[in-house]
Amino acid sequence: MTVLSDEQQAGSTVWTPVCRVEQVPLAAGVAVLLDGGLQVAVLRTAGDEFFGLSNVDPFSGAAVLSRGIVGDVGGVPVVASPIYKQNFDLRTGQCLDEAGVRIDVHPLRITDGVVHVGVR
Amino acid sequence: MSRTLVVAGHGMVAHRLVEALRGDDVDGTWQVVVFGEEPRPAYDRVALTSYVDTWDAAGLALPGAEYAGDDRVELVPGDPVDAIDRQAKRVTTRSGRVQHYDALVLATGSRPFVPPVEGADLPGVFVYRTIEDLDDIRAAVERARARRGRPAAAVVGGGLLGLEAAKALRDLGLSPHVVEMAPRLMPLQVDDGGGGLLNRLITDLDVTVHTGTSTSAIVQDGDRLRARLGNGTELDVDLLVFSAGVRPRDDLGREAGLDVGERGGVLTDAACRTSDPHIFAVGECASVEGRVYGLVAPGYSMAEVVAATLLGRDAVFPGADTSTKLKLMGVDVASFGDARAATEGSLEVVVNDPVNGSYKKLVVSDDAKTLLGGVLVGDASEYNLLRPLVGEELPGEPAALIGPAGGGEAVGVEALPDDAQICSCNAVTKGEINEAVHGEGCDSVGAIKSCTRAGTSCGSCVPMLGKLLAACGVEQSTALCEHFTQSRAELFEIVRATRITTFSELIAEHGTGAGCAVCKPAVASILATLGNGHVLGGEQATLQDTNDRFLANMQRNGTYSVVPRVPGGEITPDRLIVIGEVAKDFGLYTKITGGQRIDLFGATVEQLPRIWRRLVDAGFESGHAYGKALRTVKSCVGTTWCRYGQQDSVGLAVELELRYRGLRSPHKLKAGVSGCQRECAEARSKDFGVIATEHGWNLYVGGNGGAVPRHADLLVSGVDTAELVRIVDRFLMFYVRTADRLQRTAAWLDELDGGLDHLRDVVVDDSLGICGELEAAMAEHVAHYEDEWKGVLEDPEKLARFTSFVNAPGTPDPTVAFETEREQPVPVMLGVPEVANR
Ligand code: SRM
Ligand SMILES: Cc1cc2nc3c(=O)[nH]c(=O)nc-3n(C[C@H](O)[C@H](O)[C@H](O)COP(=O)(O)OP(=O)(O)OC[C@H]3O[C@@H](n4cnc5c(N)ncnc54)[C@H](O)[C@@H]3O)c2cc1C
Ligand code: SF4
Ligand code: FES
Repeated sequence: MTVLSDEQQAGSTVWTPVCRVEQVPLAAGVAVLLDGGLQVAVLRTAGDEFFGLSNVDPFSGAAVLSRGIVGDVGGVPVVASPIYKQNFDLRTGQCLDEAGVRIDVHPLRITDGVVHVGVR
Repeated sequence: MSRTLVVAGHGMVAHRLVEALRGDDVDGTWQVVVFGEEPRPAYDRVALTSYVDTWDAAGLALPGAEYAGDDRVELVPGDPVDAIDRQAKRVTTRSGRVQHYDALVLATGSRPFVPPVEGADLPGVFVYRTIEDLDDIRAAVERARARRGRPAAAVVGGGLLGLEAAKALRDLGLSPHVVEMAPRLMPLQVDDGGGGLLNRLITDLDVTVHTGTSTSAIVQDGDRLRARLGNGTELDVDLLVFSAGVRPRDDLGREAGLDVGERGGVLTDAACRTSDPHIFAVGECASVEGRVYGLVAPGYSMAEVVAATLLGRDAVFPGADTSTKLKLMGVDVASFGDARAATEGSLEVVVNDPVNGSYKKLVVSDDAKTLLGGVLVGDASEYNLLRPLVGEELPGEPAALIGPAGGGEAVGVEALPDDAQICSCNAVTKGEINEAVHGEGCDSVGAIKSCTRAGTSCGSCVPMLGKLLAACGVEQSTALCEHFTQSRAELFEIVRATRITTFSELIAEHGTGAGCAVCKPAVASILATLGNGHVLGGEQATLQDTNDRFLANMQRNGTYSVVPRVPGGEITPDRLIVIGEVAKDFGLYTKITGGQRIDLFGATVEQLPRIWRRLVDAGFESGHAYGKALRTVKSCVGTTWCRYGQQDSVGLAVELELRYRGLRSPHKLKAGVSGCQRECAEARSKDFGVIATEHGWNLYVGGNGGAVPRHADLLVSGVDTAELVRIVDRFLMFYVRTADRLQRTAAWLDELDGGLDHLRDVVVDDSLGICGELEAAMAEHVAHYEDEWKGVLEDPEKLARFTSFVNAPGTPDPTVAFETEREQPVPVMLGVPEVANR
């Protein structure tokens, strides 16, 4: 199991434990609610990598990305928004279908089988 | 400075002219004013007869013919040009508008020719050229039907237009007479041999053909007509349609003093310029260097010539190919080149196959080396290959080209020269298509169409486009997506044969990568059709589109809708009350759907199981509004209540809905059952539709509402319920196995090799010997059906997924909010967050 997205964790990242690893199905996601109402989609690939993205679909405003299909497009790991089906790069939040659109990524950390979401 | 072009007439050719001019006039040199006589913009007159299928004029619309958004074109329908003042260069219209022109184009088309027969002006006598003509004919048929049940009709004219009119009458449910003066049908296109076969094939279709005789008088006989033929026969009919050729509408030009051709038509030079240099004539009203053309393709090329001339380029009308290929009442007829062997010394090679109903003739030069022309009746499949070869050296023995083995194999597209015209409607050559493929990278038939325009008119050249692509080495990919090179149908067969039960296994053995939003739901559907337990069982849950993953339809604010099944639309008051109470208790918006049931909107993920607990306890089950599965079988009240009902349409609808509920398919499936021909259930707009008759059920398949409406085609008629169910079982399973992902039955049937006839061969006559298997697969489905929602409620693991937040179960999504509109909750419009680059 690899943990990604936390390479550039700067000074004051706040880590919140959100769930156990096995609560996130392979090749799927779950949503977590953080203090202040921030929603993060925790997504797990078929290859067992974990990623954190904003849960809000930028094209509809609905908080639903955790319910999208996880897969890959041209080798890039992606989640497809369930509303209008745009794909987002799990590593960078970049939308593959519209160059100008990128959503927030959140670093994840896994300790003792517990997933933690980091907010800077 | 801009100049004004006035166009008189807005038919197919005028529209092509305006399109061509506006497409090329980048500097906006011309302001265009088009006056039309008909009350609507130009439409597809070539396809006029298909109006009978739907009675919806929108189906004949030509794309862009309203010039919406183009402020350089003013279209004035319903206001014909009455006079031209050539000195002052202006026209006056019927409404009295006076319009100046710098250039004027006459595109007034033709009028139907009505021979000077006594009684030709009686009520009940019609012509066949416009949508309004067809509306009038329909009204007359309906009046007569109300009077006597089965009306009788006659068509005067056995040429192309006469047979078109006869087809319209056949489609209206009549068995018309056709009267033709020449000794055979379609005298201009086919020879005696072909005419003989055509006569037989048309007679088989319940049309009575009278050749070699004219109509000498029509007399009123009470509320009917009596048509007297030259040979002494008298026909008692309710209506009579003249469809015996056309005459150019040259009166406007004639009255303005323009020269006219010997056989009528406004005379022009090869650039389509009339005797007044500021006036042009195009289409059927023009006599280009003395010749009038009655087909649309030459008209289009005249339009292109005039558009080019107006933009200061030199162009001349290249002459036209009057080859034709038609499907008249399902009978193929084609003639090309010197079809009647008028060239001196020419030889005729005939292959006549009365058993299979085909007649083929090639006309070749005296040394039998060069193809001059030909006639094909009954089977015109070689037309597309032979026509471009006219004037060329033959690639083989003439007889071999049309022999029983078929020219398709004998002449390949490779044999065609580069200047061979592949699309005659739009004058596109093989060379131009190859250039589009190699030079512009067109890799599909669709790309060739938009790049070259080939195939966008009558469509008969479309199969050739595919062959040319293949000949250029372009493989038209049927791959499902980047993860699977196979098509959906191939994957279906793989899963069926290998009994693979998971996506992971399938992609590991037959695909690459991790899968995506295209292949995952497609495979999930295949696995579900083949019976692999609950759709949310194990790994399957993560393959599903969101709607299937939560067994509800996601709405724009992330909430869901709930649609309980109401088979056939029949519901008891008690059940209605349950739905009302559930909606009230959970604060849901309710709406009656277009599918005869009730949709409850605005449920959050965590509410879904609690809502369904109440519904399931009251005896409801999933309506699969979320799935690519059977939606509804719509019904009318039929014999249960209706005074016209002929069978129990509600009973059958309920039976069919319960039989096919839950069947996962490539796309959603809808059905309908109407109790009589009045068709209140709109069954013919469904994937399968049933209409009751006195004798049993008629089954129609391949209908569609939605974006591209299509009326369903009759598959079998007069069957009893058991036979009907058997054929629907086979039809649905055959579709489920072979269709593409997200391909409704309408598109599938349109693309099916051999079309409706082939479908009938397979599912009615069992030509592939698979009917037993298809029925068994459906029996399996029916036996193992279980309500999906009940399955979720019984399984704590599945239930646990119905929560918004894994770290705060039970807390609803705080971004979801409602306001009240028309006394019900509706979602507050969500702001779309800032999505700028970061
Ligand atoms: C609720 C309803 C509209 C209404 O208020 O009446 C509706 C609502 C939706 N329709 Fe529909 N359609 C509804 C009847 C129809 C009908 C009429 C009918 O069935 O008699 C049609 C035309 C008939 C047809 O399908 O041929 C229709 C043609 C479509 C299409 C276009 C299909 C096509 O082949 O072109 C779509 C898009 C698609 O499926 O890809 C669609 C898709 C949708 C979706 C699923 C869009 C979406 O993904 O959110 C809507 C969601 C419904 C929901 O959340 O419950 N809906 N839709 C109707 C539900 C009927 C039911 O009880 O199940
Ligand atoms: C049933 C049927 C089937 C056919 N099938 C085929 C086929 O398979 N293949 C083929 O190539 N061709 C076919 N044709 C012929 C084809 O439709 C015509 O060749 C084509 O429509 C000619 O186009 P046009 O623009 O010259 O004339 P039209 O389409 O007749 O348009 C002329 C328009 O000008 C209007 N008009 C007349 N006078 C005035 C005026 N003074 N001011 C303003 N407007 C005026 C008319 O009302 C009309 O709307 C068929 C025709 C019919 C009726
Ligand atoms: S289709 Fe016929 S039987 Fe059914 S409701 Fe309409 S009129 Fe009555
Ligand atoms: S030949 Fe008619 S569209 Fe090509």
